[in-house]
Amino acid sequence: MTQVMRRVAQGYVAIVVGFIFLPVAVLVLFSFQAGRLPLPPFNGPSLHWYGAVLSDRGMMTALATSLVVGAMASAVATVLGFLAAYGVARHSIAWRGGIEFAMLVPASVSYLIVGLGLSVFLNGLGIRPSLAAVTIGHAVVTLPITFSLILSQMEPAHVQAENAARDLSASDLEALLLVTVPLMMPAILAAFGIAFSLSWDEFIIAFLLTRFEVTLPVEIWTSLRSGLSPFINAAGTLIFLISLVIFLAFVFGLRRRARS
Amino acid sequence: MGAARPRAIVQVPQGWGYVAPALGFLALFFVAPLIAMVWRSLHLKGAENAGLTFDNYERFFTDASLWGALSNSLELTVVSVAIALPLSYAMAASIVFAVPRRLQVIILLLTILPFWTSYVVRTYAWLIVLGDRGLVNTVLIALGLTDEPLALVNSRTGVVIVFVHYFLMIMTLAIYVSLSRIPANLIKAAADLGAPVWRVFLEVVLPLSAPGVATGVFLTVVLAVGDYVTPQIIGGGREFTLPQAIMLYLGRLADTPLAAAMSFVLTLIALGAVLAFSPWLKAGRS
Repeated sequence: MTQVMRRVAQGYVAIVVGFIFLPVAVLVLFSFQAGRLPLPPFNGPSLHWYGAVLSDRGMMTALATSLVVGAMASAVATVLGFLAAYGVARHSIAWRGGIEFAMLVPASVSYLIVGLGLSVFLNGLGIRPSLAAVTIGHAVVTLPITFSLILSQMEPAHVQAENAARDLSASDLEALLLVTVPLMMPAILAAFGIAFSLSWDEFIIAFLLTRFEVTLPVEIWTSLRSGLSPFINAAGTLIFLISLVIFLAFVFGLRRRARS
Repeated sequence: MGAARPRAIVQVPQGWGYVAPALGFLALFFVAPLIAMVWRSLHLKGAENAGLTFDNYERFFTDASLWGALSNSLELTVVSVAIALPLSYAMAASIVFAVPRRLQVIILLLTILPFWTSYVVRTYAWLIVLGDRGLVNTVLIALGLTDEPLALVNSRTGVVIVFVHYFLMIMTLAIYVSLSRIPANLIKAAADLGAPVWRVFLEVVLPLSAPGVATGVFLTVVLAVGDYVTPQIIGGGREFTLPQAIMLYLGRLADTPLAAAMSFVLTLIALGAVLAFSPWLKAGRS
C-alpha cells in the first residue's frame, strides 16, 4: 500500500469516527445546557438538568427496575446457555447441528415479534403484563448469544481436566461445578455482561410487556412525548456513563481473572 | 459416535439433560408465543371462537396504506444497508490495512462506543443534530449554504442517516473480524506474483471477507425491517413503516389479530433473509 493511499485511508477513518461520535457529542454537550431547549447555541455549562434527573422519582425507580430485570434475565440466559453449550460440546448427541440451529433461531426474529408473541400468549393464559414477562422476553432474545459465546470458548483441553476429576472419583455434577464452571468463568462472565447490556438497553419488548412498572428505556420513551429537553440529555448521559462503567468493570474483571 | 464404547451410549440421555432446559424454555416462551400469534392472526377481531380465516392477511395485502408500509420498510432496509455496506467495508479495510496494529483495537472500540448509549436516547439525540433548528441546519444557515433548513427529520433522509450510523458500527465490527484474520502472507504472495492491487482485492481479500459481510448484512437487515424506534422518532408521521403499522393496530386501533398477521409477514421476511445468507454464515464458522 502506498503512502498516499495510507493517508487517505487514515483520513477516512477519522471522518467516520467523527460521524459515529456526532450524536454522542451533542447528547453530552447539551446535557449541560442552561436553557430549556437542547439546541444551538450552547449556553452553559449548567448542572441544573442533572439535579432534575437525580431527583426525578420515575427515572430513579425505572433505573432500579432495569438493573433488576437485566440481572435476572441475564442470569437465566447464562445458566440455560451454559448448560446447553455443555450438553452440545461434551456429549455425543444426535441432531447436534439441529440443536445449535434451534438455539440460534430467536436471533433472526425481530424483538418486536418476540414481544408481541409473548404478549398475545400471556394474554391468552390470563397473565397480566409484568416485569416477570419482560425478564422472560429478554432471556429469550439473549439466550442465542450466551449459548454461542460459551460454546465457542469450550476447549478440548477442558475435557482432560474433567476426565481427570472423574478418574479421581468426582461425580458428573462435581466435575461440572468444581472443574468446568471455574474453567469457563471468563466466558460465563462475558456472556452475562453482554446479555445484561442488551437487556439494559432493550425497548420494544419492555414497552409491550409492561404497564405501570417500567424499565429505563420505556421511561425515557414516555418522557420524549413532551418534546426536546436537556432533561433527556442529562438522563441519557448518565445511562451512558453507567453502561460504560459496567462494561469496563467486566473487561477489567475478565483481565484480572485471565492473569491470575 | 463409537457404537462399541458403552460410555457413549450412557452419555446420550445425559447430553439431552443439559440441553433440555434451554430447549424447553424456548419452546414455551418463544415457539408457543409465535404459534399463539399466528393462531390469533387467523381469526377476526372479536371473533376468537369462530372458524379460521385468512381475512386479516387479505386486508393486509389489499389495504394500500398497510401494503405501502411493507414496501416502505423494504425500501428503507435496502437503501440503508446498501449505503452502510460500502462505507463499513472501507472503514474496516482502512483500519486493518492502514492503522498500526496496536492502535487498531482502540479505533475499533471508539467506533462502537455509541453502543453504550441507550438506543432510544441515541435516536433522540439525532433530533438535536438533524432537526430544523438542530446542529447541521444551524451550521448550514450560518455558512449561508442554505436559507431554509433542510428537511432532515420527518423524512426518509433522516431515517436512512440514523440507520446508516447504527449499521456502520455493526458492519465495521463484523467485517473487521473477517479481514483481520486474513494472513498478511497471502496478500503479499498475490502481490509478489504480480497481481495488481485491484486483483488482490477482488480475488483474495473480498472472498475471504465474505462471511463478515454476510454476518453484517444479515444482522442489519433483521434490525432495519423490525425497528420501530427510529422511524417513529425520526420519520415522524411521514415514513410509515411495517413495525409502525403493527404498533398502531396493536395500540390505538386495538386490532391485535391484524397486527399479528402483519407480524407474521415480518417474521417470514426476516427468516427469508436468514436462509438467503446462511451459506455464507456457515462458511464463517468453519
